[in-house]
Amino acid sequence: MIDDSKPIFMQIAELIENGIVDGTMPEESQVPSTNEFAAFHRINPATAAKGVNVLVDSGILYKRRGIGMFVATGARAQVIARRTEEFFEQYVKPLTLEARKLGISAEQLNTMIERSSGLAQETGTDKERSAAL
Amino acid sequence: MNDTIVEARNLFKHYKDLNALDNVNLNLSTNRIYGLLGRNGAGKTTLMSILTAQAFASSGEALVFGASAYENDSVLSRICFIRESQKYPDDFQPQHAFRSAALFYKDWDQQFADRLAEDFQLPLKRRIKKLSRGQLSAVGVIIGLASRAELTFFDEPYLGLDAVARQLFYDRLVEDYADHPRTIILSSHLIDEVANLLEHVVVIDRGRIIMDADAEDIRGSAVTVSGSADTVDAFLMGRKILHRETLGSLASVTVDEALNSRERAEALELGLELSPVSLQQLVVRKTMAGAGTAASGAENFTDDVMEARR
Repeated sequence: MIDDSKPIFMQIAELIENGIVDGTMPEESQVPSTNEFAAFHRINPATAAKGVNVLVDSGILYKRRGIGMFVATGARAQVIARRTEEFFEQYVKPLTLEARKLGISAEQLNTMIERSSGLAQETGTDKERSAAL
Repeated sequence: MNDTIVEARNLFKHYKDLNALDNVNLNLSTNRIYGLLGRNGAGKTTLMSILTAQAFASSGEALVFGASAYENDSVLSRICFIRESQKYPDDFQPQHAFRSAALFYKDWDQQFADRLAEDFQLPLKRRIKKLSRGQLSAVGVIIGLASRAELTFFDEPYLGLDAVARQLFYDRLVEDYADHPRTIILSSHLIDEVANLLEHVVVIDRGRIIMDADAEDIRGSAVTVSGSADTVDAFLMGRKILHRETLGSLASVTVDEALNSRERAEALELGLELSPVSLQQLVVRKTMAGAGTAASGAENFTDDVMEARR
């Protein structure tokens, strides 16, 4: 889960954000303690705390004294808004770059995206047909 | 907040024709987990021995808790040094070793020691001489953890421990450290295994400290760029190159610098591939760059390390 590509505290922050986006950590629910994160991911507790604090600073988590950390109301929308921005840089740009390299036209690319989002909706219901495509 | 707990100033240790420590300067703060990394014979054990007053420096100063540890009970009782080859009296059983430790360390937790002995399946009433290498290491690991000393050194504590037992050690270390913060210095060759536990990394090579940085700063501080050799070389012109490998017209070059997002994008546009460098790879590269050798034996060693990571 944890890899070498970037600082661990950023990866911890991302993991919590993932939980917030996919709903496993709903707003106003308590998140695990830094020590629990440290033990689970086998990382230094100070590093885990740093990752949690990044989210506290940006208002995604908040502290309740003596109780623990909680997901703030509106956190999900906030995370999604920021990630949508990043989506363009991280995914769309490299995608169009590679498409240009292979001589794929914008039209072909659009067709592919449509086909792919069709597949994403079917996933789990019609796997065989997806595989055939 | 980060009070200095260990301070080494201009430490030298000369053996006949060898400088085991060559002007070592080091500050360690309270409540952190340090990794002391380096090759065999780099000076790790020598440094730890001097800091814990088990050896004398040729010159220089070593202060622990603000004082010299030599014959200083008030300092020594707060230090625990687990040596790789700890000797025990001939008729000692693990339970005797634990009882001695309990007398010495005021924060000794006997219940924790018992629990650990069970985890490591250590026979408490067998003579230590009769234990396997792994069980002997377990005795040291248990003493090191259960003593809860303010300053604990583990010098390659894992010899003979199998992968399961080593994982157990790392897990217990993180858990107990979270509940009882203290300063831990972990010397290890198995860098990949401990990398995520470390908060700060000190690398020693031929008696000199060649890296002294926070683990999180090191992460991502180097990058490997691969692609067609001409493009790679043009892209990396003027950068500090740690390692270069070629295969036909392809090159894979590790630089000791991070790339910013603009440079990363540029590299991708040029069709270059970027891959992260693990702490272990970085230490290997740095110690080899320092040695200034590209001997075939050393090359094979790095390739093995790279291979093992895949």
